Amino acid sequence: MKGHTHAQAAEEFIKDDARTHWHDETLWHVRQKRDLSAQGIPEWETLRDTASAAKNYVLSHLGELLEQFESNALANGVEVLWAKDAKEHNDHVYRILQENKVANIVKSKSILTEECGLNHYLEDKGYEVVDTDLGERIIQFAKQAPSHIVLPAIHLKKQDIGEIFHKHIGTQEGASDPKYLTEAARQHLRKKFIEANAAITGVNFGIAETGGFVVCTNEGNADMGTHLADIHIACMGIEKLIPRAADLGVFLRLLARSATGQSITNYSSHFHRPAQGKKMYIILVDNGRTEQLGREDFKNSLKCIRCGACMNTCPIYRRSGGYSYNSTVPGPIGSILSPGKDLKKYSTLPFASTLCGSCSDVCPVKINIHEQLYKWRQVITENTDVDASKKLAMKVAGVTFGKPVLYDLAGKMARTALRITPDSLVYSSINVWGKHRDLPQVPKESFKEWYKKNRKS
Amino acid sequence: MRVGLFIPCYVDQFYPDVAKASLELLEKYNVEVDYPLSQTCCGQPMANSGYERYGKESADLFMKNFGHFDYIVAPSGSCTLHVKDHVLPKDDKTPQIYELCEFLTDVLKVKDIVSSFPHKVGFHSSCHGLRGLRLAKCSERMDPEFNKPLSLLNKVKGIEMVELDRKDECCGFGGTFAVAEEAVSITMGNDRIADHQKNGVEVLTGADMSCLMHLQGLLTRQKSPIKVMHIAEILNGNPVK
Repeated sequence: MKGHTHAQAAEEFIKDDARTHWHDETLWHVRQKRDLSAQGIPEWETLRDTASAAKNYVLSHLGELLEQFESNALANGVEVLWAKDAKEHNDHVYRILQENKVANIVKSKSILTEECGLNHYLEDKGYEVVDTDLGERIIQFAKQAPSHIVLPAIHLKKQDIGEIFHKHIGTQEGASDPKYLTEAARQHLRKKFIEANAAITGVNFGIAETGGFVVCTNEGNADMGTHLADIHIACMGIEKLIPRAADLGVFLRLLARSATGQSITNYSSHFHRPAQGKKMYIILVDNGRTEQLGREDFKNSLKCIRCGACMNTCPIYRRSGGYSYNSTVPGPIGSILSPGKDLKKYSTLPFASTLCGSCSDVCPVKINIHEQLYKWRQVITENTDVDASKKLAMKVAGVTFGKPVLYDLAGKMARTALRITPDSLVYSSINVWGKHRDLPQVPKESFKEWYKKNRKS
Repeated sequence: MRVGLFIPCYVDQFYPDVAKASLELLEKYNVEVDYPLSQTCCGQPMANSGYERYGKESADLFMKNFGHFDYIVAPSGSCTLHVKDHVLPKDDKTPQIYELCEFLTDVLKVKDIVSSFPHKVGFHSSCHGLRGLRLAKCSERMDPEFNKPLSLLNKVKGIEMVELDRKDECCGFGGTFAVAEEAVSITMGNDRIADHQKNGVEVLTGADMSCLMHLQGLLTRQKSPIKVMHIAEILNGNPVK
């Protein structure tokens, strides 16, 4: 899908109509579960306001909160490392593995390590990294990237998973019973957990006040990994901070409800210090975040807590699939984060939206996603040379709409042209509108012409 | 009360009946309506395509045409939102712009609608009116229920409002999105139509003719019996076309 625009990738996805609608329905179902769960909280909107305010505070005090977090974590006996980009992050991980003579690694879900390409980096160095989140393990077998940040294998049906498991862990051919497949994965992963010397996790919330951090999972795989291994490496984006432990209640109530409609994730694991004889590392990763923080119009995209609700609600994401975005974080939030990393590569993403605004209203931390999509569009047309003909058309439109005489004339000409041109020409292949849609019936006179005759004489 | 009627460019050119219905409807409530003849477009097509900077001339022209009114009323949530957010200066002296339905409910506070429409009607909730102007509570938010356009439609004699499975999902029009992302746009539009069809809708209505143009284009191509009318036409007592 490299080099493709979002529209081209989406068109490919949509060719399989049945699968597109299955994808749409599946994610809509998650959105409905979120609605039901949020409806049970009378103070839902207050919670969103509170979370948004807390994250705004974090973003405007990020430097001092990070230092506070670091010093508290150090005092707890955790080693804290800083990484300005993906490479530094990966190098840190590699050095830790080398220093501790780690042979086997398990990893629970972390979008940050996806962002940094950690798995490939370590595999190139000869390590096997075992993803222990069920969805992540499935796509790791299939050599795919996550298509959703919370539901990484949401694009696969149970039959697909049955095939993948048959190939990789020897389940019966044709078996697709979720219970059977899950049990097989459980047995397979159990062995990996027991063998592991190091466990890598992401971080959902880092608490500046305590230096502790929280990892949320539904499968308990982060706990299983970290409890069994001697080394725990926690990879954390610098924006994942919250000021106080007391703020956690707000975020934990919002996170799982927004993500899947659960009242809370099955495991909300709090880590403060390494157990006796073990080691704990936190790697604080910038990788473009400071730059995004410096962009006034886009900085509050960093409030994101990675719940994925904007993906589940997005009518475009649901019908184009995660891969159509060709970025680690897909969907609406990905479309405002990615252009900051590579404006040209991701230049079509902010246009993969009708600006319907559902993402902004579903967002638990009230990121104005659709307004940022609008603003990225302005930046993109100004700073890339993507579409010269569109630019010209817009320029002409701008001039026409600025001059009433031109507008009236153009309108009349267009209406006349549409009336007298044969349908075979109107609906030719150049008219994208008309491939599946009729044009409106063209009236003889515009409202303005009617008004002049009937009201203003 | 001096009210300037803003008729979006595509409504002026392609849907004069919607503009007439809006004008007549306001006149029924004794509003003194003026329609400035030099009006063109609010500049939204350029702005949403990323060329807000080419919309300066139309924005200036808009202010020249409408700057002196107490209120501006437009039969389109989308254009109203654009004018509100990107055209009107943010000060107290400029006129307030209202989408037609909210002008009826919030400013005129109409009690009665003199219209009869004995049909099964599906309401398409256009996104910019819904989530931009807050014409109704959207399904994402957990606020108390309210719905301005529906409160008006429910006053129409004989009307039967149909409940949809997805009451406020986007139709996939989205301006240039409809062409640039044609495949997704068509799929979204067809999914909306299927919802109305499944629930027995005879007439599909809404407060934004642009979304309706997209849906109508799909419906007529598919030779569907479902008719499309703008909410102003129903409130004004126009018969089914």
